Formats: sequence, C-alpha cells, structure tokens
Amino acid sequence: MQSNQELEGFRVELRDWLEANCPAEMRGGEASEASICWGGKNFKFETDAQRDWMGRAASKGYTVPTWPVEYGGAGLNRSQEKIFKEEMDRIGARSPLDSFGIWMLGPALLHFGSHEQKLHYLPPIARGEIRWCQGYSEPGAGSDLASVQTKGEDKGDHWLVNGQKIWTSYADKADWIFALIRTDREAPKHKGISFLLINMEDAGVETRPIKLISGASVFCETFFTDVKVPKHQIVGTENRGWDVAKYLLTHEREMISGGGQGLSGGRALGAVLNESLGEGQEMETTLRADAMRCEVDALAIGLTLERYKDQAEAGTGAGDASAMLKYMGTELNKQRHELLMAAGGSDALEWDGPLGNRPADWLRTKANSIEGGTSEVMLSIVSRRVLGLGA
Amino acid sequence: MANLVMTEDETMLADAARGFLDKSAPVKAFRDLRDAGKTHDAKMWKEMADMGWAGVLVPESAGGSDMGHAAAGVLAHEMGKTLVVSPFLSTAVIAATALRNVSDARAQKALAAIATGDVTYALAVDEASKFNPEATSMVATREGNGFRLSGKKTFVVDGALAGRLLVLAKTDDGLTLFDIPADRAGITRNAQNMIDARDSARIDFDNVEATGEDVMGQVDSAMSVLKPALEAGQAALAAEMAGLSAGAFGMTVAYLKERKQFGTVIGNFQALQHRAAHLWCEIEVTASAIMNAGRMLDEDPDNATMAVSLAKARATSTAQLAVQEGVQMHGGIGMTDAYDIGFYMKRARVGAEWLGDYGYHANQVAKHRGF
Repeated sequence: MQSNQELEGFRVELRDWLEANCPAEMRGGEASEASICWGGKNFKFETDAQRDWMGRAASKGYTVPTWPVEYGGAGLNRSQEKIFKEEMDRIGARSPLDSFGIWMLGPALLHFGSHEQKLHYLPPIARGEIRWCQGYSEPGAGSDLASVQTKGEDKGDHWLVNGQKIWTSYADKADWIFALIRTDREAPKHKGISFLLINMEDAGVETRPIKLISGASVFCETFFTDVKVPKHQIVGTENRGWDVAKYLLTHEREMISGGGQGLSGGRALGAVLNESLGEGQEMETTLRADAMRCEVDALAIGLTLERYKDQAEAGTGAGDASAMLKYMGTELNKQRHELLMAAGGSDALEWDGPLGNRPADWLRTKANSIEGGTSEVMLSIVSRRVLGLGA
Repeated sequence: MANLVMTEDETMLADAARGFLDKSAPVKAFRDLRDAGKTHDAKMWKEMADMGWAGVLVPESAGGSDMGHAAAGVLAHEMGKTLVVSPFLSTAVIAATALRNVSDARAQKALAAIATGDVTYALAVDEASKFNPEATSMVATREGNGFRLSGKKTFVVDGALAGRLLVLAKTDDGLTLFDIPADRAGITRNAQNMIDARDSARIDFDNVEATGEDVMGQVDSAMSVLKPALEAGQAALAAEMAGLSAGAFGMTVAYLKERKQFGTVIGNFQALQHRAAHLWCEIEVTASAIMNAGRMLDEDPDNATMAVSLAKARATSTAQLAVQEGVQMHGGIGMTDAYDIGFYMKRARVGAEWLGDYGYHANQVAKHRGF
C-alpha cells in the first residue's frame, strides 16, 4: 500500500508526462471504430500523431499499464491504475493502442502461460508490433462454442491442423491467431480442446473477409489446411484448452461491455447528441428522456466495472461478473447508437456523410450482443451459476 | 475514485444489523404493526439507538457512533430488505446531517438527543405532489427578532409522530430552514393513510411563531444546511430501496425454485430464468451506484450531487422492476394481501416519490453531464 503522498506524486508525474507526450490530435473528439490504433505489421497509422502517441506510451509501458514491467507494462497497482484512468480522461486522451492481444490473449497468457511464453509473446503486443486475432467460432459452433471441430492431429513435435474458423475479426490484418483446436476427438467436448497459437504467415493458413451489413469487412473466415503448429505453441495443458478459453472469454466480455460507454469514449451522450443536432435544433423531449436514461445506466455500469476491479483486487470478486457486464454493457451500447442515429436524423443516413460513418458504427454495435456470447447465453450463465436456477 | 468494496467494518455492521433485524424486525413485524394500525415502534427505535444506529451520523463528541454515510447506507439497505419501519432516514440521516452543518450549542444538544433516540424529526419540504424545494411558497414573515410561519406542507414523512419538524419557508431574500417542536401553537397535523402503511402527514402552519434561535444556519440560505441533508437522505433512501429490491428478489427466486407447474419447478423455464437473471443484473449495477454515493458523501461531500442522484435514479428504477417482476413471477398469490411481496411494491412506490423521483434525479445527472 502506498501513501497518498506517493500516489499524488505519481499523479503529478503522470500529468506532466501526458502534457508533454500526448499529441493534441489524440485528445478529445469522438472515438470511432475507424480511429482505433490496432498496431501490428500491417497497420497503417492514420496520422503521425497516432504513431507517435503509441510509441511514446509503449516506451513507458502505458499501452498496457497494469502488466508487469518485464512483459512490457508499467506495473501499475490498482490505485495507480485509477489515477491513470482519471488523468487520461481528464485530457480526453485516446487509448494509445487497442488490440485483442491486450484485451484477451495478454490476460490469458499472464494467467496460464509459462515465463518463457510471456517474455516471448507479451512485449511485442505491448509495443504494438504483433497483432492477434481470435479463432473461436466455427460454422457449426456458435453459442455452442465447445463443439468446435477444427482438429489438430498429434505428429510428435507438432500438431497438424485442419478446419475452418469464422467471425475471426480482423484476421486479414492480424499477424497471429489464438485458436481453439480439437486435439482429442474421443473425449467429451469440453475435454478435448487445446489452446494453440498459430502464425498467420504459416503455409496452409488462408483468410477471407466477410462483407457485413455495415459495409465493412471486419469479420473473416479463416481456413487451416495441413498447418504445422509446433508443440511449444500451446497455452496451458493439452486438452485443457477450454479452461483458457473460458478465462479469456471473461476478459473479452468485459472488453465488449466497454463499461457501458462503447465507442463514445466516455463522453456524455447528451453532449454528443446536442452536437449532432446542429444549429437551431433543440433536443426533442422523448430523445432527451431516452438519453438521460441511457446516461444514468452508462454511468452506473461504468461504476460497476470499477467496483468489480476493486473486488478482484480485494480478492472478493464474483466469478461470473463478466457475463452480467457483457449483457448490460452491450445492450446499452446498442441503445446509445440508436439515439445517436435518431439525433443525427437524415444526416446520419449516408455512408461517410456529414456525421462521418455513423451508420457503420451503429450497425457494428448490433454484433455486440452476439459476439463473445449472446445476451441470451449471458442470461443463462447468470441464472445457472449465480441464481442456481435450471436443470 | 473511491474504493467501491465494502470495508471489513461495513461487512461486520451489515452482518450485525441482519442478525438483529431477522430476530426483531422480519417482514412479519411490519405486518403486525400495519394490522395494529401503528406506524412507529418506539421500543425498537430505542434498541436501534442503543446499538448506535440513531447516532450513525452524530459526532462522538455529541454521543454518536459517527460511522459515516456509507455505513448509514449499509444499515438502510438491511432495513430495506425486511421493510423495517423506523425514523432512521428522517431523524438519524436527514436531521442529523442538517444539524451537523450548523455549528452552535443548540445543534450539539439536538444531535445528542438524536443519538440517544430521545427525539425524532421529520422534514417538511414538499408543498405539491412533486418534490421541488426551490419552488417553496410557504412564507416566514419577519416579526421583531423572529418570524411567523404560514402555509401548508404535504408528504411530511414521519410527520404525524415526530417530535420536531425541519420546515422550509420563504424569507425576504431566499429560503430559510427552521427547526421547531411539532406541538408549537398553530401547527395542525393530519396523518395520511399511506399505501406503505408508514407515517406521513399533511401539516398546516397558521401564523406559527419561530424565533431567531429556531433558524438552522443562516436566514435566507437554507440550502447550505438543507442540501447536504437532502443528499444524505436521498443516498440512504436509495440504499433502502436497493435493500428492498434485494429482499423482493430473494423472495422471488426462492419461489421460482419451489413452485411447480407442468410437472416441474417453474425456475426450470428459460422465460422466467432470463427475467430473473436480467433483474439480478440491474440490482448488481445499482449496487455500484449506491456504494459510490455513500463514499462520495464521506470523502468529497461538496461534489456528491451527481453521485447521489445517480444512486437515487437507479435505485428507483431497479426497485420498480424488482417488485413488478416479483408480483408477476409469483402469479396470483402475489396479488394477495396475505403474501408479503405486495408490501414491497407499495413501499417501492413511496420510495420512488420521496426526495425526488426518477425524472428529478435523472435530470440532475443530465445537468451534471452537460445536457
């Protein structure tokens, strides 16, 4: 435990550093899917400011502030993390780097990986050098994820992987994929899965974007044909990959929930709505009422995310919190975007129109309550594990 | 940002409160009180005072336990679970907070009397059917060194039985809060027959005398005393409503596990599972807002307004959902007076209105968020 004086010292130092290092272009403004810095070998920075901001933050470990220093983080404890968030919010700083490596694989590796694996895989994620994608769903395994069929045959020093993954977000832009592979076809479905790390450049890996209702192609199909995956590229124990998968899902769900603020970057919804109405147009009564309700819920969900982090720190966490957060956060995010569309009126109806690509962001949110486990699956998890209902 | 985990002391306080209330104040005790036509249990209030609950916000120098607003919320939450009737919110939270914001010897004495349970208070603010203190029209006219109060107050919670009244009235250049005994000449109290079977009154003031001594804080600046008192009350009421939600939810889930239809317990039906799960999610989210409000009042009271309004708004909508789902999932039996779930519904409705409804508090949140 640090003294308040030490924490305040950290705040002052951080504030000065942010002032000096966070470019003006990386502050404020509505964050949209298009302005996220994803990193990786294929990533094209929108601006020099975006590249500088990522590089400077990475050099201080601030792309992954809570990871240990030796793995590329800043080693911040919970109190420091809160200050970090407050100071970033204070100047409206955008996240310097976002990726599935940070949100999902990182936490899973920190929990299940060997020291060597952590040293090998984590720092390139923190520096934005390697971008990961997720190979979970298959055409026949959606909500029933544990019935994945992509198989890995044991060939001594490697697995020979064959099969197909779907909804592999950004697979066409990713450098590596973490995937659920069936390595024992005889065992019960949850007990024959291994969690493998696969280089997208390996022979036999092919990926094809799927065009979505938003006009974008963030999701892909990924095919594996006789791909050789060395044995050391497994996380956790052979055939116990479901444990890793579930653990990772809890982080994925918290990420998707976004603390209830989704892509609005923590800005007050009402303020964003007012801007989109344009001059001379007042917020109509029902829109304002809906926005107030949305804002109240968003703030409370945001506090819940913080409360659960505090509980985890204190060792009193509820295990199934992520299902609740995912359900509440994504349903709210969909509402937010409905309101953003309503406020935009006819200006929001054009692709790349006067309000940017608002309709694409709106349509993108419809996946929030499907990806990472549907809202209905989340409710079933809560009713079974928390309420003890059902057979 | 405040730490949103219950401290060890708070957990112990909650456990102790639960232990006491399960024995002395289960829902059955409320039912008995209602059936007897009573709205106050003096013996129980004395016991609560002896445990330090009446003095939860009274400084130790005045004989209080001074546990703070988060702790007051913990107690209110536990009371809410079993619909405990007590002057806790009016007296131990609202009046005590108002008096703490006045630093004279008279206030010290009043705080001491609150801590021992010897005096109870009621807050007389509302004049119309909606909470709106700024719109107060009751007048306190200057007369010599004092005032004369004339006007009507309504929905004065605990007002029929309270020993003292905190009365908000208009003075020359603003609003002033008065602390006067409820039996002063010119005061007529009419008990209201409330749906939640608790004490509330319409009170008429006919040329009631108030001396300079009776003014809380400064003339024309009621809000410096009243605002913290209202916020403390709103946060504690929100905590009570969160407890009420948890109580109704607990009953409902237990019923889902026991009631059989179509040859199986109804909790096996996904339609009901998902309704119950959704309700649990809402309760969890509201719990965060409640905890945050208590912490803000303890740690940064000058900037707690949004946190308090957020808590009251969330508590109101969650309690409403909890009792509606509660009755629905109980089915026909939930409509009967003999079954307890209806008590929760009626208390939730009163709690929704008291000290500002959902719209009032959602508006406060929106104002703080710039729209």
